[in-house]
Amino acid sequence: MTFINYASREINCKIVYYGPGLGGKTTNLQYIYDSTSAQAKGKLISLATETDRTLFFDFLPLDLGTVRGFKTRFHLYTVPGQVFYDASRKLILKGVDGVVFVADSQRERMDANVESLFNLDLNLKQHGYDLMKLPYVLQLNKRDLPNVVSTHDLKAELIRKEEPVFEGVANRGMGVFDTLKAVAKQVLLELRKNSGG
Amino acid sequence: MTTPVVLYEEEYGQLKHVITRLCADANAKFVFLVDKNGQQIAAHGEMLNLDVTSLASLTAGNVAATDGLAHLIGERGFPVLSHEGERDNLHISIVASRVILVVIFDDRSSLGLVRLRVKRATAEMNGIFELIDSKITRERDMGIGFDSPFAEITEEDIDALFS
Repeated sequence: MTFINYASREINCKIVYYGPGLGGKTTNLQYIYDSTSAQAKGKLISLATETDRTLFFDFLPLDLGTVRGFKTRFHLYTVPGQVFYDASRKLILKGVDGVVFVADSQRERMDANVESLFNLDLNLKQHGYDLMKLPYVLQLNKRDLPNVVSTHDLKAELIRKEEPVFEGVANRGMGVFDTLKAVAKQVLLELRKNSGG
Repeated sequence: MTTPVVLYEEEYGQLKHVITRLCADANAKFVFLVDKNGQQIAAHGEMLNLDVTSLASLTAGNVAATDGLAHLIGERGFPVLSHEGERDNLHISIVASRVILVVIFDDRSSLGLVRLRVKRATAEMNGIFELIDSKITRERDMGIGFDSPFAEITEEDIDALFS
Protein backbone atom coordinates (compact mmCIF):
# COMPACT_ATOMS: atom_id res chain seq x y z
CA MET A 1 0.00 0.00 0.00
CA THR A 2 1.58 3.22 -1.15
CA PHE A 3 2.58 5.55 1.67
CA ILE A 4 2.75 9.28 0.99
CA ASN A 5 4.40 11.41 3.64
CA TYR A 6 3.83 15.11 2.98
CA ALA A 7 6.03 16.09 5.91
CA SER A 8 9.15 14.34 4.63
CA ARG A 9 8.09 14.64 0.94
CA GLU A 10 8.44 10.93 0.35
CA ILE A 11 6.37 8.37 -1.44
CA ASN A 12 7.01 4.69 -0.72
CA CYS A 13 5.75 1.78 -2.78
CA LYS A 14 6.08 -1.96 -2.18
CA ILE A 15 6.96 -4.48 -4.89
CA VAL A 16 7.01 -8.19 -4.19
CA TYR A 17 8.94 -10.74 -6.23
CA TYR A 18 7.03 -14.02 -6.26
CA GLY A 19 7.62 -17.41 -7.83
CA PRO A 20 8.66 -21.03 -7.23
CA GLY A 21 11.62 -22.01 -5.10
CA LEU A 22 15.07 -21.40 -6.59
CA GLY A 23 13.53 -19.56 -9.53
CA GLY A 24 15.68 -16.43 -9.23
CA LYS A 25 13.76 -14.01 -7.01
CA THR A 26 16.62 -13.41 -4.59
CA THR A 27 19.07 -13.35 -7.51
CA ASN A 28 17.07 -10.50 -9.06
CA LEU A 29 17.36 -8.46 -5.86
CA GLN A 30 21.01 -9.34 -5.41
CA TYR A 31 21.79 -8.15 -8.94
CA ILE A 32 19.85 -4.92 -8.43
CA TYR A 33 21.72 -4.33 -5.18
CA ASP A 34 25.14 -5.02 -6.72
CA SER A 35 24.43 -2.75 -9.69
CA THR A 36 22.92 0.23 -7.87
CA SER A 37 24.95 3.14 -6.56
CA ALA A 38 25.33 3.49 -2.81
CA GLN A 39 23.26 6.69 -2.69
CA ALA A 40 20.29 5.01 -4.31
CA LYS A 41 20.00 1.92 -2.16
CA GLY A 42 19.71 0.82 1.44
CA LYS A 43 20.95 -2.42 2.95
CA LEU A 44 19.90 -5.69 1.39
CA ILE A 45 18.32 -7.67 4.19
CA SER A 46 18.11 -11.42 3.66
CA LEU A 47 16.40 -13.63 6.19
CA ALA A 48 17.61 -16.99 4.96
CA THR A 49 18.46 -20.49 6.06
CA GLU A 50 22.00 -21.75 6.49
CA THR A 51 21.88 -22.98 2.90
CA ASP A 52 20.87 -19.54 1.62
CA ARG A 53 17.27 -20.46 0.87
CA THR A 54 14.98 -17.52 1.67
CA LEU A 55 13.33 -18.24 5.00
CA PHE A 56 11.13 -15.22 5.50
CA PHE A 57 11.95 -12.43 3.04
CA ASP A 58 14.63 -10.42 1.32
CA PHE A 59 14.25 -6.67 1.46
CA LEU A 60 15.93 -3.93 -0.57
CA PRO A 61 14.94 -0.27 -0.40
CA LEU A 62 15.65 1.70 -3.57
CA ASP A 63 15.58 5.43 -4.07
CA LEU A 64 14.58 6.11 -7.66
CA GLY A 65 14.82 9.87 -7.51
CA THR A 66 12.50 12.82 -7.17
CA VAL A 67 9.22 13.36 -8.97
CA ARG A 68 7.22 16.55 -8.44
CA GLY A 69 9.30 17.30 -5.36
CA PHE A 70 8.70 13.92 -3.80
CA LYS A 71 11.41 11.35 -3.18
CA THR A 72 10.21 8.16 -4.81
CA ARG A 73 11.28 5.04 -2.98
CA PHE A 74 10.50 1.48 -3.83
CA HIS A 75 10.71 -1.27 -1.26
CA LEU A 76 11.51 -4.56 -2.98
CA TYR A 77 10.67 -7.79 -1.23
CA THR A 78 11.02 -11.42 -2.20
CA VAL A 79 8.99 -14.24 -0.71
CA PRO A 80 10.30 -17.71 0.13
CA GLY A 81 9.42 -19.91 -2.80
CA GLN A 82 9.39 -23.36 -1.20
CA VAL A 83 5.88 -24.70 -0.98
CA PHE A 84 5.72 -25.12 2.79
CA TYR A 85 6.45 -21.42 3.47
CA ASP A 86 2.97 -20.36 2.37
CA ALA A 87 2.11 -18.69 5.69
CA SER A 88 5.13 -16.42 5.33
CA ARG A 89 4.35 -15.61 1.70
CA LYS A 90 0.89 -14.44 2.75
CA LEU A 91 2.38 -12.03 5.29
CA ILE A 92 4.87 -10.51 2.85
CA LEU A 93 2.15 -9.80 0.28
CA LYS A 94 0.31 -7.48 2.64
CA GLY A 95 0.32 -3.89 1.40
CA VAL A 96 1.76 -4.80 -2.01
CA ASP A 97 1.59 -2.23 -4.80
CA GLY A 98 3.08 -4.32 -7.61
CA VAL A 99 4.15 -7.92 -8.22
CA VAL A 100 6.88 -9.52 -10.30
CA PHE A 101 6.44 -13.20 -11.00
CA VAL A 102 9.81 -14.84 -11.61
CA ALA A 103 9.19 -18.05 -13.51
CA ASP A 104 11.80 -20.77 -13.84
CA SER A 105 12.07 -21.61 -17.54
CA GLN A 106 13.35 -25.16 -16.98
CA ARG A 107 11.08 -27.88 -18.28
CA GLU A 108 11.03 -29.78 -14.98
CA ARG A 109 9.88 -26.65 -13.10
CA MET A 110 6.79 -26.02 -15.20
CA ASP A 111 4.41 -27.52 -12.65
CA ALA A 112 6.07 -25.49 -9.88
CA ASN A 113 5.53 -22.29 -11.88
CA VAL A 114 1.85 -23.02 -12.37
CA GLU A 115 1.37 -23.96 -8.72
CA SER A 116 3.17 -20.83 -7.54
CA LEU A 117 1.07 -18.60 -9.81
CA PHE A 118 -2.11 -20.18 -8.52
CA ASN A 119 -0.81 -19.66 -4.99
CA LEU A 120 -0.10 -15.98 -5.74
CA ASP A 121 -3.64 -15.45 -6.99
CA LEU A 122 -5.09 -17.15 -3.93
CA ASN A 123 -2.96 -15.27 -1.42
CA LEU A 124 -3.70 -11.94 -3.10
CA LYS A 125 -7.43 -12.67 -2.92
CA GLN A 126 -7.13 -13.37 0.79
CA HIS A 127 -5.77 -9.85 1.22
CA GLY A 128 -8.54 -8.40 -0.91
CA TYR A 129 -6.38 -7.85 -3.98
CA ASP A 130 -7.15 -8.90 -7.53
CA LEU A 131 -4.20 -9.95 -9.67
CA MET A 132 -6.10 -8.77 -12.73
CA LYS A 133 -6.09 -5.20 -11.37
CA LEU A 134 -2.68 -5.08 -9.72
CA PRO A 135 0.49 -3.82 -11.45
CA TYR A 136 2.13 -7.06 -12.56
CA VAL A 137 5.05 -8.23 -14.69
CA LEU A 138 6.16 -11.71 -15.69
CA GLN A 139 9.84 -12.59 -15.94
CA LEU A 140 10.88 -15.81 -17.68
CA ASN A 141 14.18 -16.49 -15.96
CA LYS A 142 17.05 -18.88 -16.66
CA ARG A 143 16.76 -18.53 -20.43
CA ASP A 144 20.41 -19.55 -20.76
CA LEU A 145 19.88 -23.12 -19.59
CA PRO A 146 19.69 -25.96 -22.12
CA ASN A 147 16.48 -27.60 -20.88
CA VAL A 148 14.12 -24.63 -21.09
CA VAL A 149 10.57 -24.50 -22.34
CA SER A 150 10.06 -22.15 -25.28
CA THR A 151 8.92 -18.64 -24.41
CA HIS A 152 5.83 -19.26 -26.54
CA ASP A 153 4.81 -22.26 -24.41
CA LEU A 154 5.72 -20.53 -21.16
CA LYS A 155 3.60 -17.54 -22.07
CA ALA A 156 0.73 -19.79 -23.06
CA GLU A 157 0.77 -21.37 -19.61
CA LEU A 158 1.59 -18.40 -17.42
CA ILE A 159 0.34 -15.15 -18.93
CA ARG A 160 -2.69 -13.86 -17.08
CA LYS A 161 -3.68 -10.51 -18.51
CA GLU A 162 -1.34 -9.36 -21.29
CA GLU A 163 1.18 -8.27 -18.70
CA PRO A 164 4.65 -7.25 -19.86
CA VAL A 165 6.88 -10.29 -20.19
CA PHE A 166 10.67 -10.19 -20.00
CA GLU A 167 13.17 -12.90 -20.67
CA GLY A 168 15.81 -13.09 -18.02
CA VAL A 169 19.11 -14.53 -16.96
CA ALA A 170 19.07 -12.99 -13.51
CA ASN A 171 22.50 -14.19 -12.38
CA ARG A 172 23.98 -12.21 -15.28
CA GLY A 173 21.55 -9.34 -14.98
CA MET A 174 19.72 -9.88 -18.22
CA GLY A 175 16.15 -8.66 -17.94
CA VAL A 176 16.48 -7.67 -14.28
CA PHE A 177 16.29 -3.91 -14.62
CA ASP A 178 13.83 -4.06 -17.51
CA THR A 179 11.53 -6.05 -15.25
CA LEU A 180 11.93 -3.64 -12.36
CA LYS A 181 11.36 -0.58 -14.52
CA ALA A 182 8.24 -2.09 -16.03
CA VAL A 183 6.59 -2.88 -12.71
CA ALA A 184 7.64 0.43 -11.13
CA LYS A 185 6.20 2.32 -14.08
CA GLN A 186 2.92 0.45 -13.77
CA VAL A 187 2.76 1.29 -10.06
CA LEU A 188 3.33 5.00 -10.67
CA LEU A 189 0.85 5.16 -13.52
CA GLU A 190 -1.69 3.42 -11.34
CA LEU A 191 -1.09 6.06 -8.66
CA ARG A 192 -1.77 8.73 -11.22
CA LYS A 193 -4.93 7.00 -12.35
CA ASN A 194 -6.22 6.66 -8.80
CA SER A 195 -5.63 10.31 -8.05
CA GLY A 196 -7.70 11.44 -10.98
CA GLY A 197 -4.73 12.30 -13.15
CA MET B 1 -4.52 -0.70 -5.98
CA THR B 2 -5.96 0.46 -2.66
CA THR B 3 -6.08 4.10 -1.64
CA PRO B 4 -2.62 5.20 -0.54
CA VAL B 5 -1.93 5.98 3.10
CA VAL B 6 -1.37 9.72 3.37
CA LEU B 7 0.29 11.54 6.21
CA TYR B 8 -0.04 15.32 6.17
CA GLU B 9 2.28 17.71 7.92
CA GLU B 10 -0.11 18.63 10.70
CA GLU B 11 -0.68 15.04 11.80
CA TYR B 12 2.98 14.19 11.33
CA GLY B 13 3.84 17.09 13.64
CA GLN B 14 1.44 15.83 16.28
CA LEU B 15 2.81 12.29 16.13
CA LYS B 16 6.37 13.55 16.22
CA HIS B 17 5.55 15.61 19.31
CA VAL B 18 4.15 12.55 21.09
CA ILE B 19 7.12 10.29 20.34
CA THR B 20 9.63 13.02 21.22
CA ARG B 21 8.00 13.39 24.62
CA LEU B 22 7.77 9.62 25.03
CA CYS B 23 11.48 9.29 24.33
CA ALA B 24 12.28 11.84 27.04
CA ASP B 25 9.74 10.60 29.60
CA ALA B 26 10.75 6.96 29.18
CA ASN B 27 14.51 7.75 29.18
CA ALA B 28 14.64 5.86 25.94
CA LYS B 29 17.43 5.87 23.35
CA PHE B 30 15.16 5.81 20.34
CA VAL B 31 11.47 5.76 19.55
CA PHE B 32 9.96 5.16 16.16
CA LEU B 33 6.61 4.60 14.58
CA VAL B 34 6.18 2.17 11.67
CA ASP B 35 3.11 1.19 9.77
CA LYS B 36 2.32 -2.50 9.58
CA ASN B 37 3.50 -2.60 5.96
CA GLY B 38 7.01 -1.66 7.02
CA GLN B 39 7.00 2.05 6.16
CA GLN B 40 8.57 4.36 8.69
CA ILE B 41 6.24 7.11 9.89
CA ALA B 42 8.26 9.07 12.45
CA ALA B 43 11.30 8.64 14.64
CA HIS B 44 13.17 10.41 17.44
CA GLY B 45 16.21 9.62 19.49
CA GLU B 46 19.95 9.58 19.96
CA MET B 47 20.82 6.60 17.74
CA LEU B 48 21.68 8.73 14.75
CA ASN B 49 23.40 6.03 12.70
CA LEU B 50 20.58 3.55 13.04
CA ASP B 51 19.36 2.08 9.74
CA VAL B 52 15.72 2.96 10.34
CA THR B 53 14.58 1.67 6.94
CA SER B 54 15.78 -1.84 7.71
CA LEU B 55 14.52 -1.54 11.26
CA ALA B 56 11.06 -0.60 10.00
CA SER B 57 10.88 -3.50 7.58
CA LEU B 58 12.17 -6.07 10.07
CA THR B 59 9.87 -4.79 12.81
CA ALA B 60 6.85 -5.10 10.54
CA GLY B 61 7.95 -8.60 9.57
CA ASN B 62 8.42 -9.50 13.22
CA VAL B 63 4.95 -8.25 14.12
CA ALA B 64 3.37 -9.92 11.10
CA ALA B 65 4.98 -13.26 11.95
CA THR B 66 3.93 -12.93 15.60
CA ASP B 67 0.37 -12.12 14.54
CA GLY B 68 0.43 -15.25 12.41
CA LEU B 69 1.55 -17.31 15.40
CA ALA B 70 -1.18 -15.78 17.56
CA HIS B 71 -3.90 -16.67 15.08
CA LEU B 72 -2.61 -20.23 14.85
CA ILE B 73 -3.09 -20.73 18.57
CA GLY B 74 -6.43 -18.98 18.65
CA GLU B 75 -5.34 -15.61 19.97
CA ARG B 76 -6.38 -12.35 18.32
CA GLY B 77 -2.82 -11.12 18.52
CA PHE B 78 0.05 -10.26 20.80
CA PRO B 79 -0.18 -6.48 21.07
CA VAL B 80 3.03 -6.14 23.05
CA LEU B 81 6.42 -7.69 22.36
CA SER B 82 9.54 -7.24 24.39
CA HIS B 83 13.11 -8.23 23.52
CA GLU B 84 15.86 -8.04 26.10
CA GLY B 85 19.46 -7.68 24.98
CA GLU B 86 22.77 -7.47 26.77
CA ARG B 87 22.85 -3.72 26.50
CA ASP B 88 19.77 -2.50 24.66
CA ASN B 89 16.16 -3.66 24.78
CA LEU B 90 13.20 -3.36 22.45
CA HIS B 91 9.60 -2.73 23.39
CA ILE B 92 7.16 -3.18 20.50
CA SER B 93 3.47 -2.37 20.75
CA ILE B 94 0.55 -1.83 18.38
CA VAL B 95 -1.20 1.53 18.13
CA ALA B 96 -4.61 2.06 16.53
CA SER B 97 -4.51 -1.54 15.21
CA ARG B 98 -2.32 -0.61 12.26
CA VAL B 99 0.80 1.18 13.50
CA ILE B 100 3.75 -0.23 15.43
CA LEU B 101 5.47 1.74 18.17
CA VAL B 102 9.04 0.71 18.93
CA VAL B 103 11.02 1.92 21.93
CA ILE B 104 14.72 1.12 22.25
CA PHE B 105 16.05 1.57 25.78
CA ASP B 106 19.02 0.63 27.90
CA ASP B 107 19.70 0.49 31.64
CA ARG B 108 18.96 4.20 32.02
CA SER B 109 15.33 3.15 31.85
CA SER B 110 13.30 0.08 32.78
CA LEU B 111 10.63 -2.07 31.18
CA GLY B 112 8.11 -0.87 33.74
CA LEU B 113 8.78 2.80 33.01
CA VAL B 114 8.67 2.23 29.26
CA ARG B 115 5.35 0.36 29.55
CA LEU B 116 3.87 3.14 31.65
CA ARG B 117 4.92 5.91 29.26
CA VAL B 118 3.94 3.88 26.19
CA LYS B 119 0.44 3.47 27.61
CA ARG B 120 -0.03 7.24 27.80
CA ALA B 121 1.54 7.87 24.42
CA THR B 122 -0.62 5.16 22.84
CA ALA B 123 -3.79 6.83 24.10
CA GLU B 124 -2.68 10.13 22.60
CA MET B 125 -1.77 8.57 19.27
CA ASN B 126 -5.02 6.64 19.10
CA GLY B 127 -6.75 10.01 19.28
CA ILE B 128 -4.58 11.42 16.50
CA PHE B 129 -5.26 8.46 14.21
CA GLU B 130 -8.98 8.73 14.90
CA LEU B 131 -8.82 12.35 13.78
CA ILE B 132 -6.91 11.32 10.64
CA ASP B 133 -9.58 8.73 9.84
CA SER B 134 -12.42 11.20 10.39
CA LYS B 135 -10.68 13.75 8.20
CA ILE B 136 -10.34 11.21 5.40
CA THR B 137 -13.97 10.09 5.79
CA ARG B 138 -15.22 13.68 5.87
CA GLU B 139 -13.28 14.61 2.74
CA ARG B 140 -14.45 11.49 0.96
CA ASP B 141 -18.09 12.23 1.85
CA MET B 142 -17.68 15.76 0.56
CA GLY B 143 -16.30 14.40 -2.68
CA ILE B 144 -12.86 15.86 -2.07
CA GLY B 145 -10.46 13.55 -3.84
CA PHE B 146 -7.14 12.50 -2.49
CA ASP B 147 -4.60 15.17 -3.36
CA SER B 148 -1.81 13.13 -4.82
CA PRO B 149 1.47 14.69 -5.91
CA PHE B 150 1.32 12.20 -8.77
CA ALA B 151 -1.92 13.48 -10.23
CA GLU B 152 0.00 15.44 -12.86
CA ILE B 153 2.84 13.00 -13.38
CA THR B 154 3.71 12.29 -16.99
CA GLU B 155 5.31 9.27 -18.62
CA GLU B 156 8.36 11.42 -19.26
CA ASP B 157 8.63 12.09 -15.50
CA ILE B 158 8.55 8.35 -14.86
CA ASP B 159 11.04 7.53 -17.62
CA ALA B 160 13.41 10.14 -16.22
CA LEU B 161 13.55 8.20 -12.95
CA PHE B 162 15.23 5.34 -14.76
CA SER B 163 17.58 7.30 -16.98
